[in-house]
Amino acid sequence: MDITLQQVSYAYSKNTPFEKRALYDVDLHIPSGSYQAIIGHTGSGKSTVLQHLNALLKPTEGSIKIGDVEVKAEKKNKQLRKVRQKVGIVFQFPEHQLFDETVLKDIMFGPMNFGVSEEEAKRRAIELVNLLGLPNEVLEKSPFDLSGGQMRRVAIAGVLAMNPEVLVLDEPTAGLDPRGRKEIMDLFYHLHKEKGLTTVLVTHSMEDAARYADRIAIMHDGKCVLAGTPQDIFSDEVRLMDYRLELPQSIKFQKKVEQMMEKKLPVLCLTEEMLAEELAQFLKKEREL
Amino acid sequence: MKREIISLQEVTFTYTEEDENIRPAVNNVSYTVYEGEWVAIVGHNGSGKSTLARLMNGLLFPQTGKVRVFGEPLDEQSLWDTRSQMGMVFQNPDNQFVGATVQDDVAFALENNGIPFEEMVERVKRSLLKVKMSDFMNSEPHHLSGGQKQRVAIAGAIALQPKILLLDEATSMLDPQGRDEVLSTVQQLRAETDLTVISITHDLEEALLADRVIMMNQGSKYAEGKPEEIFQRGQELVDLGLDLPFAMNVSRLLKKQGIPLVAEHMSEEELVNDLWTSHFNK
Amino acid sequence: MLEKMIFGRFIPGDSFIHRLDARAKLIFVFLFIAVVFIANNWITYAILVVFTFLIIRMSRIRLYFLINGLKPVVILIIFTFLLHLFFTREGAVIFEWKFLKIYEEGLRQGIFISIRFFVLVILTSILTLTTTPISITDALETLLNPLKKWKLPVHELALMMSISLRFIPTLMDETDKIMKAQMARGSDMTTGSMKERMNAIVPLLIPLFVSAFKRAEDLATAMEVRGYKGGEGRTRYRKLEWATKDTVIIVTLLILAVVLIYFRS
Repeated sequence: MDITLQQVSYAYSKNTPFEKRALYDVDLHIPSGSYQAIIGHTGSGKSTVLQHLNALLKPTEGSIKIGDVEVKAEKKNKQLRKVRQKVGIVFQFPEHQLFDETVLKDIMFGPMNFGVSEEEAKRRAIELVNLLGLPNEVLEKSPFDLSGGQMRRVAIAGVLAMNPEVLVLDEPTAGLDPRGRKEIMDLFYHLHKEKGLTTVLVTHSMEDAARYADRIAIMHDGKCVLAGTPQDIFSDEVRLMDYRLELPQSIKFQKKVEQMMEKKLPVLCLTEEMLAEELAQFLKKEREL
Repeated sequence: MKREIISLQEVTFTYTEEDENIRPAVNNVSYTVYEGEWVAIVGHNGSGKSTLARLMNGLLFPQTGKVRVFGEPLDEQSLWDTRSQMGMVFQNPDNQFVGATVQDDVAFALENNGIPFEEMVERVKRSLLKVKMSDFMNSEPHHLSGGQKQRVAIAGAIALQPKILLLDEATSMLDPQGRDEVLSTVQQLRAETDLTVISITHDLEEALLADRVIMMNQGSKYAEGKPEEIFQRGQELVDLGLDLPFAMNVSRLLKKQGIPLVAEHMSEEELVNDLWTSHFNK
Repeated sequence: MLEKMIFGRFIPGDSFIHRLDARAKLIFVFLFIAVVFIANNWITYAILVVFTFLIIRMSRIRLYFLINGLKPVVILIIFTFLLHLFFTREGAVIFEWKFLKIYEEGLRQGIFISIRFFVLVILTSILTLTTTPISITDALETLLNPLKKWKLPVHELALMMSISLRFIPTLMDETDKIMKAQMARGSDMTTGSMKERMNAIVPLLIPLFVSAFKRAEDLATAMEVRGYKGGEGRTRYRKLEWATKDTVIIVTLLILAVVLIYFRS
């Protein structure tokens, strides 16, 4: 399912003395099956864009096409529920949305709101708990008795249980320890690859954007200022600095090495693994010469 | 001999005293922190590191073992005195902001300790200057970023001129910019004063800034030493749920690719130099 | 709707009214409530209105903004006006249509009550618009201080109030976030029958309570660590300073009262 933002502007508290513009003429196309990262500073408008992706906010100007539904300011839209089922959002600190008596019921909440049968919702909950690496016993526990990391996983399961076609992630690993972070990010990547889940990742981490995304958009002061492949985005360091963003660590290191040997590697190394591989190949070639 | 600031001796603490099957949150842990040191206590979530923070400032008392602060045992009597010597910054920037505005919040601990008005005004000003938040004196908390709120919390802590600054996962809810702000503030404070810093964290860069690292695993002390000694352990740390420094990761990956290196390096400079000497400078 | 309400909000500024001591403003508003009831004829109500506009001018708050923000209250005023208009049956009939009769006294009463209501709402709004919540709390604490003799925990109450005020925006944000998260999971709080809506509120309220309790616990810990052990032996960072202008404003109000008494019938 494609999502297209056209000339989207948004203002909070419109027509009051407290009015605050958050987005200006944002154009962004997220093709079906892609892994799109949205990066930018706190306050750059990332989160506002994110809330437009399943019509939690409607643009004050411009329009958004989500699949075949068009969302506009003036239009009253009865199809918003359809959109919300197809676009699942994992908010920052999603464990704050847990509420039900048991983990099982909480995971079933989303799908059952969208008319999925009880048996089917239950089947999905059990499957997802396993997929997220939690033991089956948690299903009957209260979500509030779990550890922080486990709560995070249950909340994510609650979103995945709706079987969305697009998965939107807002800093999904904030506050987790390194192992938890890696496990969760790898899981989302796996879902993206295996099930062709269109994924939108809103993040501060250049490393995550470089490692997982195949398209990156940069938000700055409410505008989408740059969009392209990771190779494009990270090839222009000066421009990134204008938006107060840095290069991923692997590319920074690559530049240091290149400066030292006064030669360039053929590609930008988006991950540590890629860096080691490219460097090894390069050194082997050098030796043969 | 450096002066001892905090010392734990064979401390065990469990939240569930009645159930002996559950392992204690902190199990037989001993360590000493000396004056002027920066000690990082690292470990995965649930390793017991936050419980240690609460044991060090008397929010909790151990079932067995002893906690000593400034050489004196920490008990109900010495508690308030100890706390006025120990500034503390918690994880959630919102949940520790008591005052209605930045300056009120910085003044809170001063008011509690009965500091006279004129001196309070002076100290609030000075503390805010130190954390570079003077321009925000009258700001309300919901207009500040997470990093700014944490800097205000630091200002509130140092306004009492404590000997110790205890950071309990103070950077874990911040964005990278906020984290850098907080860490550089702490570094700068350390450069100017002989403040002892104890930071409880799972952030690798924060741990690398410390003089000494105490590593926790499942409630027990797993290792203790200089950051470079701790991180030499490589795969062991990964298995315990922690990150390795970037240069070290790359060194390991290069070795896997069959590139000979002198060692697994901690810093990027060392790695670049190694690559230079062994592959180009021939 | 909520974001347009201005009642209880503070607008930073540096006007004469802004700079008054919060205690003076509080006393002023309480006295004013009594003074308003002195007025009972056209001339006295006219003086009240003029006086109110003078205060608005001095506060430098835009009239349009005040009226716009007080819309919900304006509806209430119109309602009371109509109530008096239709149900007071004294004096000459000035309008008649089918079963509807409007009496002179009804119109008079309607207008007077509306004016009374209007000036009271405007002046209390100006109090909150020009005074930070923390100053109001401080002022209340000082003014209520004598009640400590009767074991009223004045300090604790004031602290509670100031912390509540401080957390209102935080909890509003939180409500918005949780509501959106549940909406994204297909919960719908804005349509459906009354019962359906009530059910949809549970997934909002429970996380909100859980988080508020967590915040309260964290805050209590933070306060304890920062040496808070009640009002005993505490010094105060906020100092209220009573200046000549504060005495002047109270005296002005008393003069107004005298003038009103002179002209009242």
